[in-house]
Amino acid sequence: MQDLGISILFRGSNFVRLLGGLWVTIRISLLAAGLSVPLGILFGLFLNIRNPAAKVIGRIYLDFIRIMPQLVLLFIVFFGATRAFGWNLSNEFSAVLVFTLWGTAEMGDLVRGALISIPKHQYESAQALGLDTLQTYRYIIIPQTLRRLIPLTINLVTRMIKTTSLVVLIGIVEMMKVGQQIIDANRFEYPTAALWIYGVIFLLYFFTCWPISRFAKWLERKWN
Amino acid sequence: MEQTILEIRDLVKKYEDETILNGLNLQIRRGEVVVVLGPSGCGKSTLLRCMNALESIQGGQISLEGETVEKSSKNITMIRQKIGMVFQSYELFPHKTILENITLAPVHVQKRSLSDVEEEALALLKRVGLSGKENAYPRQLSGGQKQRAAIVRALCMHPEIMLFDEVTAALDPEMVREVLDVILELANEGMTMVIVTHEMQFARAVADRVLFIEGGQIVEESDPESFFTNPSTQRAKAFLQTFEFHKEQKKDS
Repeated sequence: MQDLGISILFRGSNFVRLLGGLWVTIRISLLAAGLSVPLGILFGLFLNIRNPAAKVIGRIYLDFIRIMPQLVLLFIVFFGATRAFGWNLSNEFSAVLVFTLWGTAEMGDLVRGALISIPKHQYESAQALGLDTLQTYRYIIIPQTLRRLIPLTINLVTRMIKTTSLVVLIGIVEMMKVGQQIIDANRFEYPTAALWIYGVIFLLYFFTCWPISRFAKWLERKWN
Repeated sequence: MEQTILEIRDLVKKYEDETILNGLNLQIRRGEVVVVLGPSGCGKSTLLRCMNALESIQGGQISLEGETVEKSSKNITMIRQKIGMVFQSYELFPHKTILENITLAPVHVQKRSLSDVEEEALALLKRVGLSGKENAYPRQLSGGQKQRAAIVRALCMHPEIMLFDEVTAALDPEMVREVLDVILELANEGMTMVIVTHEMQFARAVADRVLFIEGGQIVEESDPESFFTNPSTQRAKAFLQTFEFHKEQKKDS
């Protein structure tokens, strides 16, 4: 068995365990993305309010989240909140919370950008044809905003899936961690295990994100 | 006597401290073609935008068939349906086909039946030489084609008056003609129109009346022949000379 390192995958339930780890990755990403998209749309609308106080608040939130590495945010929420407020947050809850905070900020900025990218003339043309405000948004502005937004949103989701590998550091056993455990447990029996396991993880990430980004590309091409 | 369709009294338009239109008066009769000329920045486009209540006004009154045209007015969408407007940068809706661009407002605003509107739209498209383009998207059309489609889109609302805001200014020279021909044809059919343009030859051919605006007021107002051959004000003369000058330079070179 020494000759082929890949056979480590089929020992025991190794491959199923990796898939289980992938499911943890996907579960955290999907929960965070599912919360980020609606919250981000609201945040994006908030960013477009002309009120100066709203602008400052929105800006501070956006910049704070963007400047902080996600890892630091994870530590602040998971370790800091427990120390400071005595909250006993589970690690998975902390992860979803942090990625939602981050996703909301990023999504909000995408929504803001998409809204201001609609030229003023589009509103005026609609008005000149006698459309009221509601009709202008329903038939002209929202469809165009969505077209710009959907590919960007999908790209944000794939970024989120990749970035969740950080949650290892607050003790969540997701795909990367499962991989490390398998490698460590078989260090002597399978010296080349790292290559094979990380290779498989690479492929699993790839086959999760690739169809999603193909879909985004397809939408972009269809609409442009 | 022809009936007045649009009346503007003492119109004042300001952007913050800057006064763009300063007590302007104008009456337009049904079936009349009025061309508005003037140096850039004189307020011609602003005047047009006020007529459609795209701009709020700071003084005076605009009325269309006796109804006040005002941005905050409740029935402004009703009034705007009677005013067709075509802009300088062809503002078709990029996510809709040419036919959908045209039928959107008649169907959703005027609640007319889609099949009737489509039939009318196709006939109008044919008239402006755009047969076969109905299922194209705006990005697939040339500038001149887009502008003709925009004219059809406005016409399909059955407006009482059409406003043209420098509709050929963003076009390549060889496409200007096809758009102006459509407008000229509308004029011959008796459509009431207000046209802002820099095409002097066209202005002379299409206008029943020429307005020359400077400093937010109408400086000169006359029939096109006397305006272009013998302008009575010094400012209008100077304005027309800027066009003459270019011509003579071309001859020399």
